[in-house]
Amino acid sequence: MTHWETVIGLEIHAQLATRSKIFSGAATAYGAPPNTQANLVDLGYPGVLPVLNAEAVRMAVKFGLSIGAVVAPRSVFARKNYFYPDLPKGYQISQYELPIVQRGSIGILLEDGVAKTVGITRAHLEEDAGKSLHEGLANASGIDLNRAGTPLLEIVSEPDMRSAKEAVAYMKKIHTLVRYLEICDGNMQEGSFRCDANVSVRVRGAEKLGTRAEIKNLNSFRFVEKAIHYEVARQIDILESGGKVVQETRLYDSDKNETRPMRSKEEANDYRYFPDPDLLPLDIGPAFIAEVRSTLPELPDQKAARFAQDFGLSAYDAGVLCASRELGAYFEAVVGRAGAAHAKLAANWVMGELSSALNHDSLDIDRSKVSAQGLAGLLARIIDNTISGKIAKDVFEAMWSEGGEADMIITAKGLTQITDAGAIERAIDAVIAANPKQLADYRGGKDKLFGFFVGQVMKATQGKANPAQLNDLLKARLSGGP
Amino acid sequence: MIWPYFVPQSLVLQVRVMSLTRQEVEKIAHLARLSITEQEMPVYVTSLSSIVAFVDELSRADVGAVAPMAHPLVGQSQRLRADEVEDTDRHEKYQANAPQVQSGLYVVPRVIE
Repeated sequence: MTHWETVIGLEIHAQLATRSKIFSGAATAYGAPPNTQANLVDLGYPGVLPVLNAEAVRMAVKFGLSIGAVVAPRSVFARKNYFYPDLPKGYQISQYELPIVQRGSIGILLEDGVAKTVGITRAHLEEDAGKSLHEGLANASGIDLNRAGTPLLEIVSEPDMRSAKEAVAYMKKIHTLVRYLEICDGNMQEGSFRCDANVSVRVRGAEKLGTRAEIKNLNSFRFVEKAIHYEVARQIDILESGGKVVQETRLYDSDKNETRPMRSKEEANDYRYFPDPDLLPLDIGPAFIAEVRSTLPELPDQKAARFAQDFGLSAYDAGVLCASRELGAYFEAVVGRAGAAHAKLAANWVMGELSSALNHDSLDIDRSKVSAQGLAGLLARIIDNTISGKIAKDVFEAMWSEGGEADMIITAKGLTQITDAGAIERAIDAVIAANPKQLADYRGGKDKLFGFFVGQVMKATQGKANPAQLNDLLKARLSGGP
Repeated sequence: MIWPYFVPQSLVLQVRVMSLTRQEVEKIAHLARLSITEQEMPVYVTSLSSIVAFVDELSRADVGAVAPMAHPLVGQSQRLRADEVEDTDRHEKYQANAPQVQSGLYVVPRVIE
């Protein structure tokens, strides 16, 4: 246990999956040619007025309800003033003193089984800014305002996390939740889900928080973890050499794996918020909340609890299988065919072979090359002892790379397991006869040689001997008569 | 920069003195991305001080019993619009006003973060 304690709070920006912008009727589709989805409101022309998108409000409320937060009966939009070319109005419409979602919390579960609750201070609605592009323009920047006015939900946590791992677990949990709720597509490459991390360190046991640095615009789980590790080490270095951490905004450079101060924005940290006179207060009544509540799906925690209870899975495994709605549905489809009694086998395969194949090919579960039906077909052959688990991995690999049903591959490649005791015994006898020295050593007390005999018999049967039967028969043979 | 001269002289004289420092005016100018010359500076300091002092008169009103208002239209709340795409691409028309455009982008002096 080190002398220093890390304290982390995250501000997550989730882009809401509306069709049109938060205050205008321009489209929000990603990847359109520059400025083709920016209308007069987004461009900040004089005389235009923002009108709030009902769907953005509904999505924010949905999020609030799913984290047990207070949905403010009245919230207020404010202007956050700063000058930057990607912000044509000179201010961003956000919420300041009265955000729409207040005081919620969410549970996280770490790999070692430790559970923790992270407080969510608030979540507020705001508009995104445009994009500045610097390539291909000499001494100039190009501005694309397609993203300007895209609705964001900024989710602000309490400084409740104590390690980079916890921060990542929290971020993943929020990522899972917003996709379950279908309020954000969660696409981090496209910037639909990104976060700023507030990081400080203090002497363990101290009450007062250390001075924090804010690391901006982290758009992958891996970067969040690496940036926090770097930043914590940097701050500890400063403190241990007698220095002081400066409160500032820093950027994470993933190429160099370091954070460095941002050059210009910190001096502009005087945003002069005030209520936006163009927008009236947003009133949300009980009827609206009840209507939104009725649209809530089964939430990740509820699904995980059900999986754990119905299928006897560990809380951590159940959580992994519920990481996305699609993965949960896939697993349920496999279990549906294999039978609940074999849920653990199904879970192991989904989290093991299937997940690594998906990772290897960078595919999402809904683009898996082996369908739930296909995997269930493979598991059925393990369950009825047609093939061993080891052979099943080869069959899976063939299904993944070449396609086709498990049965087809098992027959075509002659992989059917040998369960005929006589055939296995004949193979054992041949191996024993060929290795008299090892037999003598084994009987002389070298138990480890058992593995050698298993390997030899498997080799002789091309891995097709039923492992459990082989074990039993081999044990009997080795300890028995000559 | 013309607007500070619009503050009527009569107004400037009748309010009590509440002054902004030169540094504060420089900071406000920087935040607003305005460049103010050495000669203009005293005018801005005096005029802005007068405006702030004038507005500060409001703090004399007793509002202890009044709920904070974000908007003067009491009792009204924000209307919502349905989430529908209503606008089509008219960027060429909008960009006719821009000083410089390239490949559909508005071109501005370089900003680097």
